[in-house]
Amino acid sequence: MTTTESGAPPAPGGTGPADLQERFEATIARDQRVEPRDWMPDGYRRTLIRQIAQHAHSEIIGMQPEAAWITRAPSLRRKAILLAKVQDEAGHGLYLYSAAETLGVDRAELNDRLLEGRQKYSSIFNYPTLTFADVGVIGWFVDGAAICNQVPLCRSSYGPYARAMVRVCKEESFHQRQGYELLRTMTRGTKAQREMVQDAVNRWWWPSLMMFGPPDENSPNSAQSMAWKIKRHSNDELRQRFVDMTVPQAEALGVTLPDPELRWNEERGRYDFGTPDFDELVRVIKGEGPCNAERMERRRTAHEEGAWVREAAAAHAAKQASRSKRGMAA
Amino acid sequence: MSDDHVYLSLAQGPDAGADEGDARWAFGTGFEDPLHGVDTAVPAGLDTAALAARCLALADDALVSAQRLTEWTTRAPELEEEVALANIALDLLGQARLLYARCGQTDGTGRGEDAYAYFRDAADFRNVRLAELPNGDFAFTIVRLLVLSSWRLAELQRLTASPDPVLAAVAAKGIKELAYHRQYAAEWALRLGDGTEESHRRMRAALDAVAPYLDELFAACDVREEVTAVLAQVTEAAGLPPLEGAALPGAGREGTHTAHLAPLLAELQSVARAHPEAAW
Repeated sequence: MTTTESGAPPAPGGTGPADLQERFEATIARDQRVEPRDWMPDGYRRTLIRQIAQHAHSEIIGMQPEAAWITRAPSLRRKAILLAKVQDEAGHGLYLYSAAETLGVDRAELNDRLLEGRQKYSSIFNYPTLTFADVGVIGWFVDGAAICNQVPLCRSSYGPYARAMVRVCKEESFHQRQGYELLRTMTRGTKAQREMVQDAVNRWWWPSLMMFGPPDENSPNSAQSMAWKIKRHSNDELRQRFVDMTVPQAEALGVTLPDPELRWNEERGRYDFGTPDFDELVRVIKGEGPCNAERMERRRTAHEEGAWVREAAAAHAAKQASRSKRGMAA
Repeated sequence: MSDDHVYLSLAQGPDAGADEGDARWAFGTGFEDPLHGVDTAVPAGLDTAALAARCLALADDALVSAQRLTEWTTRAPELEEEVALANIALDLLGQARLLYARCGQTDGTGRGEDAYAYFRDAADFRNVRLAELPNGDFAFTIVRLLVLSSWRLAELQRLTASPDPVLAAVAAKGIKELAYHRQYAAEWALRLGDGTEESHRRMRAALDAVAPYLDELFAACDVREEVTAVLAQVTEAAGLPPLEGAALPGAGREGTHTAHLAPLLAELQSVARAHPEAAW
């Protein structure tokens, strides 16, 4: 093993592969962070690149369902909140692409992988946003689920990812509370508003539960990621946490979660709930969700229509560099 | 960091156990009045009708500009531009809210910000027409932003001396924001003017498209010389011709708009007008 996926050279000092592997494993075992210049197994690097890139892509594609309502937000205050939130998502995408770049890939390459369908993004963003209540429900459910997934990543073994997650989680938590606050206002409003909220809850509940991925017995990459401490809790454990957190909040809002099997289990001290339709999850991940084509088309169009701008910026920078070189030579 | 700590604080709220009900899971309750905490008394002897008209015009410029900028969201040429354009839109939206609030306090109607934004028709808007034109390509957006931000910055600089303390304070806050907007636009104007043949051609086309709407900006506030000088400095540095062309008759400040404002407002106002009794 002489090169990594990124072509980085082996660590200096004549240390053998076995020593490097041992040192890496000791770092993980001591719960210390792996940093960009440390040696790491190719599989660890590949897994992280894939996970961080998919996370970044999800932030960027995830802007679309909510951005659809910025121009129509029904008050200036809601417009400002929503615009700031979607802007935060672009910022999260930027952090995460930067974190991925510490592993030796670049953002343009990751963007190509997204546009070519070689890397995925979270399936949740392939569902449509039909009313303004969806903005609140996405904040409450989707950001809530994202937090359950991401808070443990603040302790991920890879340093740059863990540190990016601390800030991302703080902002996601803010978004989740703002989403809840919108729903709280709407459920205290008109009958039409309450119906909009319930309808949005009905549509987003199951797809939100699917955000935690397939059930543990069917999650092929999980065991290795847990061993590497990239991941800290199983899919089913995180799904359970999300349900336990959300049920009392739904009760307080006066909305019904669309699951007839949902009930408190005294013995477990947790809620029992039904099984999401994981066949639907597989179909949506394969590209057959209601908005997959639309989301990719928007991203592709923005990228293509922006090409002349990026080329102009690069050409200007090159001219500037050569002008200043000439200036120094003169 | 213990993830359980963060997780629990989310599930329970920082004040779990406090008797505020589910407000502990919500952020943003209780921030309704944009001028909260500001002394809004109108100084004696001030022409309140003129003040209200000034606030309204500046607010409409800001709101309509912000609306156009938000249309770029998810369509920008690069992620950094997503963040920057949203930032500029947020600044302008913030200015619009403060100015509408001041308008409501001084025009005798006591209306709130949303009454102005959502429940007036195109003919009642007083924004300049340049703000309402469709976004076009990134070059048009940059040229328009350069012109509007240079102009608004010059206007706000004068308004820091307004006899109305609220307008003066809004202007003082706004000039910091506008200085950034202008810098952002000028930097892109340089890149695009100098960059490639295509970007240069697009910039020339954008200058031609913006030029007829320039004259209108200087009708109410005489900052023509100052703004023209700034614009000439940027176009020259970018290797572009100066902005000039015959002025189009009509004036947004008098309620004469292009055909583009009504559809912009129809979209902006659609949800609010479909639920006039609702609270958001």
